[in-house]
Amino acid sequence: MQPDWPQEVHRALATARVRIVGYVPDAGHQRLIELCQGDREMRAVVLTTEEEGIGLAAGAWLGGEKSVLLMQSSGVGNVINAAGLLKTCRIPLVMIVTMRGEAGEFNSWQVPMGEATPAVLEAMDVRVRRAARADEIAPLVADALRQEQATAVLISQGVIGIKSFRQ
Amino acid sequence: MTLHRRKVVKALLSERGDLLVVAGLGSTSWDITAAGDTPLNFPLWGAMGQAAMVGLGLALAQPKRRVLVITGDGEMLMGMGSLATIGVLQPSNLTLVVIDNERYGETGMQKTHTAHGVDLAGVARACGFKFSKTTSDLKRLRSMIHESTGPNFAVVKVAAEKLPLVLPPLDGVALKDRFRRALLGPQADLD
Repeated sequence: MQPDWPQEVHRALATARVRIVGYVPDAGHQRLIELCQGDREMRAVVLTTEEEGIGLAAGAWLGGEKSVLLMQSSGVGNVINAAGLLKTCRIPLVMIVTMRGEAGEFNSWQVPMGEATPAVLEAMDVRVRRAARADEIAPLVADALRQEQATAVLISQGVIGIKSFRQ
Repeated sequence: MTLHRRKVVKALLSERGDLLVVAGLGSTSWDITAAGDTPLNFPLWGAMGQAAMVGLGLALAQPKRRVLVITGDGEMLMGMGSLATIGVLQPSNLTLVVIDNERYGETGMQKTHTAHGVDLAGVARACGFKFSKTTSDLKRLRSMIHESTGPNFAVVKVAAEKLPLVLPPLDGVALKDRFRRALLGPQADLD
């Protein structure tokens, strides 16, 4: 049986007292977003672009609260310049990124950003951790939440499943 | 009557109490510093377009404190989507003030969209801000910043003038740490 990773990740966020969850919707994050929305201790913040999640995280941390940012790999391209803030001010944001453009991707337009995602994050000095299996996700998130450095946990497309365009 | 940005910002920040202040990249960071550098200022030196979102994160984390974002028209234009995000969240303790000289002041005074009639207060109103207006009534603005239920938004039109730089500290970690210590006390170093 597949581990219930969204529930495990939500528990890891609650344990680390994460109060603010920025997100741009993604099918792979749907259940985790719903769990955060349903948690009275958390504010789930829907963003118009992933870049907003960086400013949100910086403000939250200035105010004493931890936040995470949920997005798909295409969103990593939207955060690049703002992500400099994480390094220059040392803001400990954890990004949880569902991957597109990997093996089995039907939509070839998703491939370039998917392939560039780890390199782009590393170029901005965001630590990259990759979860190839569902049971690896929550431990990696929990570990990242204990660190001072900005970290992205990449969830392989194989874990989420391939988006189908055929009904 | 033409308003001058340094006078406007100084008036908005005088007797500020325990107000938390974020300023956007460029001239507004120099403006809040000219009005008096203090640990509860967070002047951005980068991440153009993010000032409003930094203010939102701060307002959500500190619901009992009043939060003011002072930014320029160019900086606000780059983060216009954040007005929609703030409109959804409805933080009652957040006010954004755009110091609008209709120019990109740091890059050669090129005209911004507001010089061509784009109405930022209209955008904020359409996004659901409780109050949103282009105004020169600084007294009203001060009471809005400290008392009115937000989110609030105001544009203050000012002269396009190149002023001497008044720079805040450059070290981002130092700016963040002094802000957190002033706001959170010893807990700032324990999280």
